Amino acid sequence: MSSALAAIEVRGLVKRYGKIVAVAGVDLTVEVGDVLGYLGPNGAGKTTSLRMMLGLIQPTAGTVRLFGRDPLASVRALDGVAGFVEAPAFYPYMSGRRNLELLAAFDGAGARTRIDSALSTVDLVGRAGDKVGGYSHGMRQRLGIAAALLREPKLLLLDEPATGLDPAGMRDMRRLIRRLADDGMTVLLSSHLLGEVQEICNRVAIIRNGRIVYQGTIAALARGEGTIYHLATTDDGHAEQICAKQPGLVDVRQENGKVAFIAGQTAVDELSRALVENGVLIHELAPQMVNLEDLFFSLTEGDGTGPLLADAEALAAAPPAQTPGPVEAAR
Amino acid sequence: MSATVASGPARAQPAGVERRRPGVGTVYRWELAKLRYQKRTYLGLGAAILVPILFALAIHFHHNRHRGGGFAFSDYLSRSGLALPLVILLFGAIWLFPLIVALVAGDIFASEDHNGTLKTILTRSLERHQIFAGKALVAATYAAVAVLLGGTVAIIAGTVQSGFNSLQSLSGTIVSAPKALELVYVSLLVYLVPIAAIVCLGLLLSTVTRNSAAAIVGTLMFSLLIQLVGVLPGLSGTTPYLLSTQFNAWQGLLRTPIDWEPIVRAVWVCALYGIPALAGAFLIFLRRDVAGG
Repeated sequence: MSSALAAIEVRGLVKRYGKIVAVAGVDLTVEVGDVLGYLGPNGAGKTTSLRMMLGLIQPTAGTVRLFGRDPLASVRALDGVAGFVEAPAFYPYMSGRRNLELLAAFDGAGARTRIDSALSTVDLVGRAGDKVGGYSHGMRQRLGIAAALLREPKLLLLDEPATGLDPAGMRDMRRLIRRLADDGMTVLLSSHLLGEVQEICNRVAIIRNGRIVYQGTIAALARGEGTIYHLATTDDGHAEQICAKQPGLVDVRQENGKVAFIAGQTAVDELSRALVENGVLIHELAPQMVNLEDLFFSLTEGDGTGPLLADAEALAAAPPAQTPGPVEAAR
Repeated sequence: MSATVASGPARAQPAGVERRRPGVGTVYRWELAKLRYQKRTYLGLGAAILVPILFALAIHFHHNRHRGGGFAFSDYLSRSGLALPLVILLFGAIWLFPLIVALVAGDIFASEDHNGTLKTILTRSLERHQIFAGKALVAATYAAVAVLLGGTVAIIAGTVQSGFNSLQSLSGTIVSAPKALELVYVSLLVYLVPIAAIVCLGLLLSTVTRNSAAAIVGTLMFSLLIQLVGVLPGLSGTTPYLLSTQFNAWQGLLRTPIDWEPIVRAVWVCALYGIPALAGAFLIFLRRDVAGG
């Protein structure tokens, strides 16, 4: 799947600060055209790994390649790459426009000619002459996007771009990122806003304790791989025994007085027949789609080996007829 | 935000097409531009201008009551305006010029940490060594401008106060005013040698501490402490090799014939202070993780 042309290819990335392991071996591939949601709780290693991807931090071990080039070897690896880590930062004593002029000069290649359009894109034309020291957090976020656009990036790395924005600003930011992605830009979007990621990303990677614990497509989630079902019958005890023996069902358990399990559609059809044949009548058999939030909390809370991860692995290993699409489970 | 993306996405650079890239000159120009926006720039240059004027005023009001001060050229302050820049050089070595130099050299990297802007500029199209070189050159430029400006103001203020007259050298010979003016400017250039070492120390502290106040105060404290070393009992043997001593090397120019020995010594002694400091700052900046901001 990965190749030298991948927008981002990270292998075995480790960062230690003394005894503290901030990133414990990240493997991540972002193909050209992907809009990847990069998720993880605070302290999971998102920002540290993003900094290593941009060459700001030297990894203890592992490699980063941006379009096949090493950002630690030369800043030329950042040609066609832009973005910001944590809050974008500017010189507070200079105006927004002057900051962009400085950054355009540091970019070269005619970036200065794109200042007006970048300011227009983020709706900062009217405040471009004001000192950045007087900007709100949201305005700085937008100036950060404008600064990124100066580079005409093919790859955009954004760390919590909607943080501090009001609802309208968040909506506009989502639209902007979506539009950039629709125009062909590859985007890595680190975010805490799961709905935002589900709305604008086509793939998701979840990091926990410095490791990627899940990589997969949003489409795979939507197709129902790993759908949770709740079953109520005339004899739940017997039904649970039948479910436990039924192929294609995993994580069978009692939950809120019902039998819960995870399965694909074909396996559920077979289960319905088996229950009836065993004299167990169905009162309720309701699917509950596994959304990104379910997956995120399953993977990032508790011991991090929640049922959904195990289920995803089990479903991935199950016969194709019972698992209609691929699931890329973390190793 | 507008609904349209005016610039659109990037198009892949065709293979073999080299983009025109910025260099050290770009950093240098923009660092100079940034200095124009910062108050500390004007504080330093203001001090370099104000102190000679205050000296000239002091001479004007007190020369009848207080003749001489027992230091080089002090007796000439009221007889030749060209003595004033030399006296400023003598007193400026104690804290004035080290402080002015530290204001920029100590701040130039640390302020990037303070503002969180290091990550901003390091993710553009400039290599770290280019950014370092540009910043170091600007710190050196500022120091040179401050010294030359202070000296020039002292020449003007001194001339206004005491006239453009001949000067008596340290060997007792009389030097004509034009020749003395030439020697004053060469003295200012020689003075830049220890100043350059102070710049390097400021740059080192700026990269190490990542804190402007600590770097500025640290640079000044180093300069003051090393002067104390020279007056401590039993350490007088170290005096020729102290950085503070090199601030007097220009006095060799005011002897007849010119005594080059202190000037040559100043060059290599200052190199011993400055080059390791500069190399340390360079390596730290090149290898450091940019984890904050």
